Amino acid sequence: MTQDQSTLLEVEDLKLYYKTRRGVVRAVDGVTFDIRRNEALVILGESGCGKSSLAKALLRLLPRNIEQFAGQIRLGGVDLMALSDNRFRREVQWVRVSMVMQAAMNAMNPVMKVGEQVAEPLRIHLGWSKERAMQKAAESFKRVGVSTDFLDRYPFELSGGMRQRVVLAMALVTDPELVIMDEPTSALDVLTQASIMNVLKRLKKELGTSFILITHDVATSSEIADRVALMYAGQIVEFSDASEFFHHPAHPYSKLLMASVPRLRQSEPPEYIPGQPPNLLDLPLGCRFADRCPSRFEKCQKDPELFKLNARRRVKCWLHQGGEE
Amino acid sequence: MRRWIESLKELCRYPSAVAGLSLILFLIGLSIYTVITIPYSEALDKWRGGSQWQMNPINAGPVWLDRITGGNKPETLLIRSATSPKERVPFEGGYQQRSILEFDFYYDDFPSELNLFLTTKNSSRETFIQLSWITPSGAKFLLGNQRIGENERVSISQNRALESRLGLVPHIGLFAEKDEISGKAVVSKGRHQLVVDAILFGEQAELNADLAVYGRVHGFAGTDHQRRDLMLALLWGTPVALAFGLLAAVGTTVTTLIIAAAGVWFGGWIDAVIQRLTEVNMILPMLPILVMVGTLYSTSIWLMLGVVIALGIFSAGIKMYRAMLLPIRESPYIEAARAYGASNTRIIMRYMIPRILPVLIPTFVTLIPSFVFLEASLAVLGLGDPVLPTWGKVLNDAQTQSALYNGFYYWVVSPAILLMVTGLGFAMLGFALDRVFNPRLRAQ
Amino acid sequence: MGVEGNEAQDINGARSTLLQARNLHTWFELRKWGFLRVGSVRAVDGVSFELARGESVAFVGESGCGKSTLARTLLGLNKPTSGDVVFEGKGISELNSLELHSYRANVGYVQQDPYGALAPFMDVKRLLSEPLIVHGVKSRSERLRRINKVLEEVRLTPTDEYLSKFPHMLSGGQQQRVVIARALILEPSMLIADEPVSMLDASVRVELLNLLKNIQRDRKLTLAFITHDLSTVRHFADRIFVMYAGRIVEQARVEEILDHPQHPYTKSLLAAIMDVNSDNALHERDIPVGEPPSLIDPPPGCRFHPRCPAAIKGLCEVEDPPDFEPRDNHLSKCWLHR
Repeated sequence: MTQDQSTLLEVEDLKLYYKTRRGVVRAVDGVTFDIRRNEALVILGESGCGKSSLAKALLRLLPRNIEQFAGQIRLGGVDLMALSDNRFRREVQWVRVSMVMQAAMNAMNPVMKVGEQVAEPLRIHLGWSKERAMQKAAESFKRVGVSTDFLDRYPFELSGGMRQRVVLAMALVTDPELVIMDEPTSALDVLTQASIMNVLKRLKKELGTSFILITHDVATSSEIADRVALMYAGQIVEFSDASEFFHHPAHPYSKLLMASVPRLRQSEPPEYIPGQPPNLLDLPLGCRFADRCPSRFEKCQKDPELFKLNARRRVKCWLHQGGEE
Repeated sequence: MRRWIESLKELCRYPSAVAGLSLILFLIGLSIYTVITIPYSEALDKWRGGSQWQMNPINAGPVWLDRITGGNKPETLLIRSATSPKERVPFEGGYQQRSILEFDFYYDDFPSELNLFLTTKNSSRETFIQLSWITPSGAKFLLGNQRIGENERVSISQNRALESRLGLVPHIGLFAEKDEISGKAVVSKGRHQLVVDAILFGEQAELNADLAVYGRVHGFAGTDHQRRDLMLALLWGTPVALAFGLLAAVGTTVTTLIIAAAGVWFGGWIDAVIQRLTEVNMILPMLPILVMVGTLYSTSIWLMLGVVIALGIFSAGIKMYRAMLLPIRESPYIEAARAYGASNTRIIMRYMIPRILPVLIPTFVTLIPSFVFLEASLAVLGLGDPVLPTWGKVLNDAQTQSALYNGFYYWVVSPAILLMVTGLGFAMLGFALDRVFNPRLRAQ
Repeated sequence: MGVEGNEAQDINGARSTLLQARNLHTWFELRKWGFLRVGSVRAVDGVSFELARGESVAFVGESGCGKSTLARTLLGLNKPTSGDVVFEGKGISELNSLELHSYRANVGYVQQDPYGALAPFMDVKRLLSEPLIVHGVKSRSERLRRINKVLEEVRLTPTDEYLSKFPHMLSGGQQQRVVIARALILEPSMLIADEPVSMLDASVRVELLNLLKNIQRDRKLTLAFITHDLSTVRHFADRIFVMYAGRIVEQARVEEILDHPQHPYTKSLLAAIMDVNSDNALHERDIPVGEPPSLIDPPPGCRFHPRCPAAIKGLCEVEDPPDFEPRDNHLSKCWLHR
């Protein structure tokens, strides 16, 4: 089956700043990327780089202390930023784009049966009847590999891995075009992680859903990524195809990150990256990675632009100015 | 230390906290002042009443209250014979003495009472006196004559013969004149004189006559039915109330906390016993039990305090602290403490309890006034401490003397205002503290 | 074949056993209404091994395999139901309370959650003083000296800056260093680290594991890691014990196990390890179906047989396999080696 490869989501210069008592936190600071249909994009970054804020910005799940929320988000051509909150909630949230939040498996309603919870988005966003919604919920269960026997169980009766699959089922039940997942497997065991990854791979192939996976774990990301966006201090510093990223990283941070991953089947021990990411309240003026970068030079005192290396590869680094590799 | 100062600064961002804190500081200042100027034993002694108050009027209102409303009620006047003109005519074995006790009376209302206090010294026989009254208009009234002992109090107001002659009670009758326009009795203003003619036996004999023209207003707070200055009770009620409230709050909170923490930590049957005890105790009604204890044993304030604390320990607080402490027990750092060998006591007192102390502070502060009100309630019911001057006792006296029916509003209002101020101060501070220590309630 | 077949060897090749677990069982009774026995959770169900001085071992397994309970039993926090832990010749369950107290000083504990492991209302100085106070170090200057020494060991310098910091002021990595410092301050001969880096960022993990490795080498400590992340084990442990459902199903030196896994469960774990490779996205991994079994009153037979691709009908579901030694110094609890 030839999959549709047209562009699904375009994000341009997205900004999300928070207001706190100690100043303005520039969590998402001018982020640009795109994702096609039937594609899995991984947004990779350490904690505090703003990736969770990015996810929330895409789904407009904003807290009250917003300083600035600007930029362009186009879903299948429709300008999402122009929609009112009401229209967004009715037409986009969970209908076209859904989300599995961090530790969602622990945030399930403990007093409601899991089957009903999975059916809930259908009843709320699409107004379906209970029977019809429960039928679709059962289908969703099967898709993620959970037996329909569990429809009438409560969350505490399920193991961590199963709860994560249920939460995934909840995100898929409305047949969205895009599912955003924030750290879907971080608290799970090795085998459970692998099985959830298997589920995601199968869903991508069978349903054509696009995924945005947000994680700090490099190994997990290579499991499913078609494309990788590496985030650092609120900005995307490298955006490329998976094979190019994992095997020929361009940005110095990407290179250091690859070298720090412990590999089972290599004999050299992994290296670590010295220093710490900058505080989002107090960002340096030039390149934000400069003080940890082994290849920095004078130009790095100015914030680099996002240079295009080829049609689908961009790097935010002065070393790649002019498209050099 | 730094953290407390930071919390204080955070607290002062709330105007209600500043207001509450000021009220409390005012009350504390008042208590300190009171305890220093009127020592405890002196206060008890005075509150017992008796002849030390005999120069005070009965049920007099506060002076300022009267003056604010434009009134001109009389204050108590004391005229001493020692400072008044005297004439002596000696005779064999003694002498005759005429003392003229005179005063100017320009108030708009009549005195409440008239008393003459006589003391005789060095007299071989009983002194004989004759009293007469001269009004400003020159009318002279003979009040009577009698023999007097060493200390004699002549109550002119209760002179029935005089009353029937005047047609009005003496302390009004002697001061009254008929107003030409309205026909009602008004105060005759001017100089009044009481003439004391005495026959003293013995050349060394001396006679002192002090006339008390009792007013209708007295001092800052007025007086009660036993002539006691209410300021004593109002002032001394402050430290008593604060101390009772504080001790009760501290006693219950600290004990409850330790018991709840021990229950949570040891679990098992210890926890079960504590919970069952608490449930039973929560059903027991505190006030009726206090009434029982007060009626059957004694109403000493220490006994009341003890019972209040005892009943207050196994209260709903235990359930609340238990709910807060249970998740703390599962914390990794508690497990780590067990791993490096910390004792149970150490874990309970130094690792678990400090976690919830900040949350406790607002509860504790708002608990204090409830105990103050409890003590006052007990006193109003007649179960107050028999010897201590407290606000509740004032209210109790006011009630038994039908203060409101008789129009002595100040008697009820002044302790009530003090109680309200206490409650308000602690409540405002407590709720502001809640906002500081409970970050979820903070305004963004 | 028993424990003797897998002799604990320290780095110098000489045998010097620090700790021995002998047929250790730690069960938890499930009681209804406080006294009615309705079953037992067999968290640790027949575990035997030896640890030599100065060696670094990893207990690898998924959640529910009993590794955390094993750690707590070794620390003296849970009493063994049967069997024993023999430390320097003495069994733990026979120790009186005084001896148990000094045993606790001999074993340091590094926990998984760095923030939860530190009391939030105590600063670093107080956090590190507490174990010393509990073990009778009365002199304040002596305590300060030891605190500074241990802070330098975990590279939190300059030490003065860190003494007055509270846990919420530190990053995850720094918090975990304080936890490690606290575990070291009583000069233990052994450290037990339960998933010490799983809650930290990927980039910090390596740094911290290196730190532990250096500390272990400098102090000649015995280090027992508990982890589910096999990929870190290669560089930071000498020997591996693979745990499943309360038992050790395979034990050998690291390279042995990684290059020549014997037990079907170990093989599936290795197959599931996600090594970074962009081709991963193109195919699904081969993993056993189902979930680890409940530890409550397990059925007879090998615990892994419902999920095992190589289960032998008529044998594996009936009888519990003993330890076999298919290769030198390499034990595996599987009937396939019979």
